[in-house]
Parts: sequence; C-alpha cells; structure tokens
Amino acid sequence: MNLFHNFWDYFIPGLTTGSMYAVIAIGYTLVYGVLQLINFAHSEVFMMGGFGSLVVLSELAPQSPHGFTSVVWVIVGMIAGALVGALTAFGLEKAAYKPLRKRNAPKLVFLISAIGASFFLYNLAGKLWGRNPVPMPELYTNGEVFSVFGTPVKITQLIIIGSAVAMMIGLDLVVNRTKMGAGIRAVAQDAETAGLMGVDIDKIISRTFIIGGLLGGAAGFLYGFGISGQVWFTVGFLPGIKAFAAAVLGGIGNIRGAMLGGLLLGIVENLSSPLFGTQWIDVTAFVVLILVLMFRPTGIMGERLGRSA
Amino acid sequence: MTEAANFEKETAGSVTEAPAMLELVDLQVFYGAIQALKGINVTVRQGEVVALLGANGAGKTTTLRTISGLLQPRHGEVRLGGERIDGVPSHKVVELGIGQSPEGRRVFPVMTVLENLEMGAYRFKGVPKDDLERVLDLFPRLAERRTQLAGTLSGGEQQMLAIGRALMGRPNLLLLDEPSMGLAPLIVQQIFEIIKEINDQGTTVLLVEQNASQALQLADRGYVLETGAIVMEDDASALLSDPRVRAAYLGEGAA
Ligand SMILES: Nc1ncnc2c1ncn2[C@@H]1O[C@H](COP(=O)(O)OP(=O)(O)O)[C@@H](O)[C@H]1O
Ligand SMILES: [Mg+2]
Repeated sequence: MNLFHNFWDYFIPGLTTGSMYAVIAIGYTLVYGVLQLINFAHSEVFMMGGFGSLVVLSELAPQSPHGFTSVVWVIVGMIAGALVGALTAFGLEKAAYKPLRKRNAPKLVFLISAIGASFFLYNLAGKLWGRNPVPMPELYTNGEVFSVFGTPVKITQLIIIGSAVAMMIGLDLVVNRTKMGAGIRAVAQDAETAGLMGVDIDKIISRTFIIGGLLGGAAGFLYGFGISGQVWFTVGFLPGIKAFAAAVLGGIGNIRGAMLGGLLLGIVENLSSPLFGTQWIDVTAFVVLILVLMFRPTGIMGERLGRSA
Repeated sequence: MTEAANFEKETAGSVTEAPAMLELVDLQVFYGAIQALKGINVTVRQGEVVALLGANGAGKTTTLRTISGLLQPRHGEVRLGGERIDGVPSHKVVELGIGQSPEGRRVFPVMTVLENLEMGAYRFKGVPKDDLERVLDLFPRLAERRTQLAGTLSGGEQQMLAIGRALMGRPNLLLLDEPSMGLAPLIVQQIFEIIKEINDQGTTVLLVEQNASQALQLADRGYVLETGAIVMEDDASALLSDPRVRAAYLGEGAA
C-alpha cells in the first residue's frame, strides 16, 4: 500500500475515469448554464449512449477485430453512442422540460420531471435489454502500448483519454469561437436580452441539450468499452452522480470548471484507494466535494457562464 | 380618440407630416390580475424622437417590453408601419427593425465589449464592418475598451455599450429605457448628445425617461404616463413649459 511507490498505477486509471467524468459533467453544466436546471436524467443519456453503441456494435462489428479494423469500430461505437445520446437528450428536453418551461413552472417541478424521466428511461432500458449487465463487444485485446515510470498504459485507456481531450477541446472551440456558442453564452448570461438580440432561445436550449447528449452518449460508449466492459440499465447512476459532483466542484455553469472538476475527482478518488482502501473510493469523492464547497461555495472556478448578480 | 385634436396641435411641428412608424392602439397589458397599461395610445412618426415620461411604476418599461414582444397585450394593438406586430416573438421583432437598450442596460457581463456588439448583430450572417465602425466612432470609449469584459465597465460605459449593441442590429426604431438612470450629469449629457446624433443619422427614437427635462430638450414630442394611462401629450417644448409637468417632473413647487 505504498502510494508513492505505485503513484502512476493509480494516477493513470484516475485520469481515465476522470476524463469520463469531465465529458459527462459538461452536459450537466451546459444545461445548468442556459436553464439554471440540474438535468438529473443526464445519467440516462449516458446509459442510452452505452446501450446504443452496444446494439450497433453487436449487430455489425466482426468478432475480435484488430489493427486498423479496431480503430474503425471504436469510431463507429463512439458515433453511435453520441447520436443515441443526442437523440435521448433532445427528446428529454422536448418531453420533460419544454412543456414546463412554456407554462412557467416553478423550479421544483422541473426537478421532479427530471427524476421521473430518469426512472422512465432506465426502466425502459431494463425492459429492452434486461436487468443483467450485457458485455460490450471486445474491440481490442487489451494490450500495453507504452509505460509511464514502469506503469503499463493500456490502449483502451489511451483511447478514452485521447477522445475525451479531443471532445473537450472541440466543445471549448464551439462554445467560444462559433456563433452558436455565442448564442449559448448569451442565453446563459441573460436569456431575455439574448432574445432581444434576435437569439431564438428555444433553438439554443434544444441545441445545448443535443451537444450535452453527444458528449454524454459518447462517454457511455467509452465507459462500456474501456472501463466497465459491460452496460446495464443503471450503469449511469454512479458516473452520473460523480460527474454532477464534478460539475459542482468546478463551479456549476462553468464549462472549463466542469472539465477540471471531472479530472480532479477521478484522480483524487483513485489516489485515495491505496490510502483508505478501494471500498472508500465513492466516499472520498464526496468528501472532497464537501471540503471544497466549504471553502469555495461556488466551486473552484465559480459560476462563470451564469448570471453575475 | 384624441387623434384629431393632436393633429391640429401638431401641425406646426416639422416632422408631423412624416408617416406613422409605430402605433400603440388602446394597449392594455396585465401582470396576472394587475393591470399595468390601461389602454394607451401612442404614435411615433418616422424620424422623430418621442419621449415617454412618467414616475417609477407608471408603466414605461411595460410599454417597451410589449413593443418588443416580451409581453403580450390582453387588448389593443402594436402596429409597425401599419402591420400588427403584437404576438410576434421578441427574437423576430428585432428583424422588423426594432432595437432596444433595456432598463438596467443588461450587457452580457462575461463577454467582452466587442462580443457584446457582435451579439447585437446576431440577426445578420456576419458582423457588418460598417456598423461596427459607426458604433465605435459614436462611442470612442468603447473602442478603447473593446477587449474588456462588459461586467467590469462603469455604468456610463455599460449604457453606451447597451445603445451601441442595439445599433448593431441596424434598427429603424430605437427603444431606450432610462438611459440616464444612475449616471452622473456629465455622462448623461454625453449620452443625450449621442442619442441626438443617432437620430440625426436617421434612426427614429422612443425615449423612456424619468429625467423629464433632459428628455424633453431632446425630443420632438412627449407623452406623460401615470399609473398606466397617458395623462398628457404634446410637443416637447409645450410640455417643457407646462406648469403641471414642471411641478410633477421637473421638481418645481408643489404638485
Ligand atoms: N413582473 C411583474 N409582475 C408584476 N407586476 C409588475 C411586473 N413588472 C412591473 N409590474 C408592475 O407594473 C407597473 C408598471 O411597471 P413598469 O412598467 O416597470 O414601470 P416603469 O418602467 O414606468 O417604472 C408597476 O406597478 C409595477 O409594479
Ligand atoms: Mg422602468
């Protein structure tokens, strides 16, 4: 149990899980930014992405692909997960939130609708694919690619970290450099005034859900592919709640904060396992969250996208 | 209707002949059971500066918000160039050529000055260079601070940014909600001079103010709103010398 001796053995898996948390956390934080709403059904967007990619790969992918073929099927899985995630998130907004928004429902009602939608989705998944874990088709024989200070880094870990980083950079560019991104930021800062500038708020909200869904769904695939090896109807619960914690940790509404919070949470909880034992991993994550919020109630980076008042 | 009477009264004015651009016809607006506008009639003609005056809570902001589609009237009409526009959502109203600098300025606080101006041009494909140049010429202070976050600007600079942002949408009609609110007299003076310049360049202005004296010096005509009803309307110079206006809004003697 020597943390310092085995530092990289815990750091690399921490970075891998953390990058998943980060990508999922963006979905929570984006939606919070434009609607001041915690979309508790986002964990089910992740789950549906996992199942969506699983179904597509089970149907289409060849038995134990290798080399270039593996790369192709990883990309296919990621796209399938992203699309199913986006579709789920899009439908979620239309069915569970938009009708409430049009009636100016109080915030608590949105929360209950979110929980209801979450129940509906994971029970639907349980009905469709059973309640036992379903193995994700194996796309790689889990080989070592290189080592960091003696710690072997698996190709699946490399793929997860690499794709997560790519998605985060892409998202950051979309939000900060495109017109749609400017629309999203404007709605987050002052929706009504954004409307006066000609921004169609409904369209921006819908697109925000789609973007969060693309990322969450792709993460669902990556998680099943390289971390859990399987997908089940409540697979979203723990990563979802951790990613939500990560978003709060970084400062809810703040996109770069969500990325940082996710990475930090994954690394800290993994590093804590040799210190306190693996069974305490989930506890550590929330203790860290509470400690940070005690000293910085708006999270590490603050609510940057949100209202300033 | 008082329109016939108005017409006679205003024949001396220089822009009286211009066609009506904006007409509010018997406009009634409610917040739940509370009636904020009790059937007001207002006309703004092409090229005019019209002042809408009134104390706090009179219904001025409600009027502007109804024009820009943020509120729906329960009764009455908003007409632009003769066409009804009540019921048009706010993001479409801007495309009809109505720009607004809202009450409290409402700049996007964590966007730069330049990004705020770009948001004003959101309805266009790109950001028209000419408009940006024109706005930065009108407000040299904004040009100096173009990369500064809007939330860190002074109140006067934020007001300039809110007006500049509205101009970026190339409005024919500019709605200004209390541009002088909370600003030092010198800054107010500057902002009113710029409003005059904007009007001289061809933009029609509906100016909401509590600062009646400043507004009436700039305006062609004015309306006085009291608890949701128009109680006076006249040429600006006539209102400026009206004893009732002087008593109630220019702080002279008892009402
Ligand atoms: N959102 C609201 N809900 C209920 N009443 C409101 C709301 N906004 C304004 N009012 C009421 O409507 C009246 C007119 O307000 P407003 O148009 O803001 O006045 P002004 O801009 O002239 O100060 C006031 O009595 C105010 O209290
Ligand atoms: Mg007001």
